[in-house]
This record gives sequence, C-alpha cells and structure tokens, in this order.
Amino acid sequence: MKKMTYAEAIRDGIRVEMKRDADVYLCGEDVGKFGGCFGVTAGLVDEFPGRVLDTPITETAIIGSAVGAAAVGLRPVAEIMFIDFTGVCMDELFNQAVKMRYMFGGKAKVPLVLKTICGGGVAAAAQHSQCMEAWFTHIPGLKTVMPATPADAKGLMAAAIRDDNPVIYIEHKQLLGLSGDVPEGEYVIPLGKADIKRPGSDVTIVAWSWMVHRALAAAEALAKEGISAEVIDPRTLVPLDKDAILASLAKTHKLVIVHEAVRTSGFGGEIAAVVAEQGFDLLDAPIKRVTAPDTPVPFSPVLEKAFLPDEGKIIQAVKELF
Amino acid sequence: MQLSKENLLAFYQTMVTVRTFENKAAELFAAGKLPGFVHLYIGEEAVATGVCANLTAQDYITSTHRGHGHLIAKGGKVDLMMAELYGKATGYCKGKGGSMHIADVDLGILGANGIVGAGQPIAAGAAFACKYKGSGAITVCFFGDGASNRGTFHEAMNLASIWKLPVVFVCENNMYGISNCQRDHMNICDIADRAAAYGIPGVTVDGNDVVAVFEAAAEGVKRARSGDGPSLIECKTWRWRGHFEGDPATYKNPEEQKAWLQKDPIPRLAQKIIDLGYATDADLAQIADAVKAQVAAAVAFAESSPDPVPADVLTDVYAGQ
Repeated sequence: MKKMTYAEAIRDGIRVEMKRDADVYLCGEDVGKFGGCFGVTAGLVDEFPGRVLDTPITETAIIGSAVGAAAVGLRPVAEIMFIDFTGVCMDELFNQAVKMRYMFGGKAKVPLVLKTICGGGVAAAAQHSQCMEAWFTHIPGLKTVMPATPADAKGLMAAAIRDDNPVIYIEHKQLLGLSGDVPEGEYVIPLGKADIKRPGSDVTIVAWSWMVHRALAAAEALAKEGISAEVIDPRTLVPLDKDAILASLAKTHKLVIVHEAVRTSGFGGEIAAVVAEQGFDLLDAPIKRVTAPDTPVPFSPVLEKAFLPDEGKIIQAVKELF
Repeated sequence: MQLSKENLLAFYQTMVTVRTFENKAAELFAAGKLPGFVHLYIGEEAVATGVCANLTAQDYITSTHRGHGHLIAKGGKVDLMMAELYGKATGYCKGKGGSMHIADVDLGILGANGIVGAGQPIAAGAAFACKYKGSGAITVCFFGDGASNRGTFHEAMNLASIWKLPVVFVCENNMYGISNCQRDHMNICDIADRAAAYGIPGVTVDGNDVVAVFEAAAEGVKRARSGDGPSLIECKTWRWRGHFEGDPATYKNPEEQKAWLQKDPIPRLAQKIIDLGYATDADLAQIADAVKAQVAAAVAFAESSPDPVPADVLTDVYAGQ
C-alpha cells in the first residue's frame, strides 16, 4: 500500500498497464508535455516515449482514430479533456466504437478507454462542469466507470484498459487531490462490482463519484441521530451491480439515490426502475432521488452551491423516509 | 507505367465482378428480396479496383455506405456478402450489419459505414496502429465528395498529416451527395485542392480510367509505405444510380447522365485490353460468364442459408461475454 492522491492513482494505473502491455498508448489534448489539464498524466510522456501523444484540439479525430487503432490491435487510452466536450466525438463513440463488434457479427473488438473528467464545484459554469454519465449508460456496448477513491481509481483504470470493449472512464475534479491507500504494482478491480463504502442497516444510499463522499458525510451525521445508513458505490454504472443494491435493500428496505447529474433521465431513474422491477417487495417506503435540478450548471458559487446535491439535501431526503 | 496482361485482366475481372454483383443486387432489391437500404457502386468500379490493386492482404481499408465495390476489390467473398444483404446467419456480419456495414477485419476491411465521413478518423487510427507496430501495412480511406465537407475530413487529414501516418485518402467524387450536386455543396471544382490545407499532396485523376487510378494510388501507397505520410487522391467519377435503390434521381441532369454513361469504365478497359492484344472479345466474355455464375451461386447460397435465430439479437454486444 502507498498513500496516493486520486490523480496519482489514475496515473499509476495507466503507468502499470503501459509497462505491462506495449499495445497501450495514451493520446489526447495536452496529455504529454503539459501533463494533462489537471496534471493527471504528468511525466508519462518521458517514461513512455512515442506512446503518450499530444493531439491537436480534435476530439473527433482523437476518438475516431482510437476506434481505428483499437480495431486493428492497439489499446488506446484517449482523453477528452472535459466530459462536456464529448458531444464533438459522440458519433465516433456511439455509432462507431460501440457498434463495430455487433454490426460486424462479433468479428471485431474495440478495446478503447475514453478517459475524461466530470463534475462541478469549481465555478467552471455550464460547459466545463456537467455530469453526463446517463448519456453513456444508454449506449449498449459501452461500459461506464466512475471511481470515487484513489484505490478504486487505479484498480478500475487497469480493468478498463484490459477490457476488450469500449469503456468510458469518468474522473471527478473534486476528487483529484483526495488521498488514500492504494495497492502498489498490478491492481485490478473487476468492472461491475459495487463497493459498500459504509455498512448500515436502516437505509441504503446509492451514490457514485464525488457524491459518495457527500453521502458518507450525510451518513456520519445521520448516525449521530440514530439512523444507520449503508452507502453503496456501484463504481461502474454499466455493468451495474444490481445484486449488491438489492442485497442492501433486503437489509434496510429504504432507498435514497444520490447523483450530481440533473434529475430527468438521470441514472438514478434507472436504478429506481431496476429496484421497482426486481425489488419492489423489499421496499418499505418510496424511493428518493437527490440530484441536481434540471438546469445547466450555474457559474456563481452561490448558485452552484444551490445546484449541487449536498449533505443537507441527502439528510433531508433520508429523514423523509422515517 | 506499362501494366502487364495479368494486371489488366485482373482489373477487368474485379470490375466485372462488382458490376455483376451490383446489377444483381438492384434486381433482387426491386424484387423485394433484400431488406433495408442498398446503395450501389455501379459506374465507380475503376476506383476501388485501381486503388486496391496496390494493396496487400495486410493493408486496411475503410469504406462507405456504398461499399460493395471496395469490399470485392479488397478480396471480400461475394457469397458471404450476398448472404449479408439477405440478412442471413451465414453473412459476413451474421445478419447484424447488412449492406451498409459489411466488414471482414481479417481481410483488412474495417467496414462499410452508415455514417458519411466516419471512416476518415478510423482510417487515421488504423494507420497509426500500423506505424506504431511497425508492421509496414498501410490504410486506404475511401469516401465521397459529400464526406469531404464533414469535420471528420479535416480532423483526420490534419492528424494524419502532422503524425505522418501511412494512409491514402481516396475521394470518390461521384458528383453527388444524395441529391446535392457537387456544384451546390462546395465552391471548388477539385476536392484534391483541399490537400494543400494540410501540407500533403493532392491529385485529381479520371476515376473512370482504372489505369490512371492505379497509377495515382501507387504513388500514394508508395509515399505511405516509405514513411512520408498521407496523400489525397480525388477520382472523378459518376454515380449511375440514385443515392439508394428506389431513388428515381430526378434531380440529376439527363444530359450529364448520358455523357457519363458513355464513359463507362468497363468497356474502356476492355477496349484497352483488346487493343494491346491481351485478350479477345471471346476471352472477356468468358470472364464475364464465369463471374455471372459466381454471383448466381452467391445468390443461391444466400437464399438457401438459414436466418439468424432470435436469440442472436443478444450476442456480440460485448466482447468476453
């Protein structure tokens, strides 16, 4: 184990996989000399000459070329600087990367990782702050990864790179400096396996990415009031560990889903639907969702604070169930 | 460049195979036997044939929604292609792709593509992989005049240029993007002029002259293989049919259509072969008959093939399942 920040853990995950497999390369805007917009890939360009490639500002070509390279045997980790910019390369992702295998009758694999970052809280306004994971979970053939801790960040990056399918790996700005124990060397967390971030018995809170930490803070506060909250972090939304959520509900019988993304058609709706279909009898109360409202992300810190789900909103939602 | 008898007869065989396959597809579609859309390559056979004659089995191509000709020229099997047009389990894509998405990665065919211009960055990526692995293989990217207006064209061309990728961009300027004549969708005459914007060579050739296409492609392929980077070849040709089968193409100028039909690339090549004394009319007729039999066998294969079973809808979504 080694103390690392979330950013360092991501870098370590990429580094270990690049050492392990010469077919892995990293490309994107400013990922090389500049070390990535947030310093996540700093130094890799010197460690892996010719395998860390600064691209022009060219999202379409970044993902499009990654599709071509992956289809003929490489394992690209292609960065889109902010998830907000993925609109520019959505065709390459949802019409090309994820459909190639299916449309070719299974005779292709496209092992690419689209690495990007989401999230608010830094007054970056509506074009640099979104949580758009639901867009991606709606695309069959794609896997969606959203790590919340340094160890998860490393282990899930390794799994994403080793996966033979297109994977979107979504970091969060608020977590980059978060420090934690991370296993050294090769470390892989299987995709599709949730983690109980805090065990509890009275209510299940499902949250991912930054919201795991806000849910944990809420759980801490609730414990003082005698409510025991279990915090489940699915870690990957596709594949989704439905069993872990249902198993938790079998204990708690109450569900609160927390996500930073806006409410309508957010992934919380999907989880609620899964529970309604497969765990209706486990529920003793209506399902609650704590989400951002259906607006673009505002700039003013005052407005952004009002926009983001926080500990208080989570606590309030939980209390409404009792 | 003096092409050998074998070269020219091989060109002839490929072009006739494409024409015969496409004529048959038109007939089958009109008879209601083929589901979906079918976009035919009739009239453009010299482009795929001349370009792919420069490629090895290890090289890659990206294709378009008008891809049958590219696939045949790159070595695609007509029986597996025909079965795919029928949506049969024996087709190249097990009935999951259809006409617009036929692929054979083992043959370097990275797919026909239903999205105009989508192949351009994919081709750059495949070329990058060839360079990265030092395999010596190259990639050819086929696309149309309409696709040269897309952002993918610019982004792929620029990336390929700065990274000196081994790729040849082949624009099949058939003068139409669906119903829009080139005159109405761009303000330049030669698409090859756009190469200047990326600091790479751009040439325009008669796309109905298979020898001219072969020679221009040979230059581009040589440049790509020697590590000098990409180039753009514009082949001026003509889409004989509508955009898709069933499109009456009333937007076309009948005089222009008539003039282009006179420039049919197949009789032009036949005349050259005969003038050179490489074959007689009877020899060429024999090739055409053999191809006809091959395509008829492909139809028989497709029609006697099983449909996919409904459970197949769930397979091939994820690798490793």
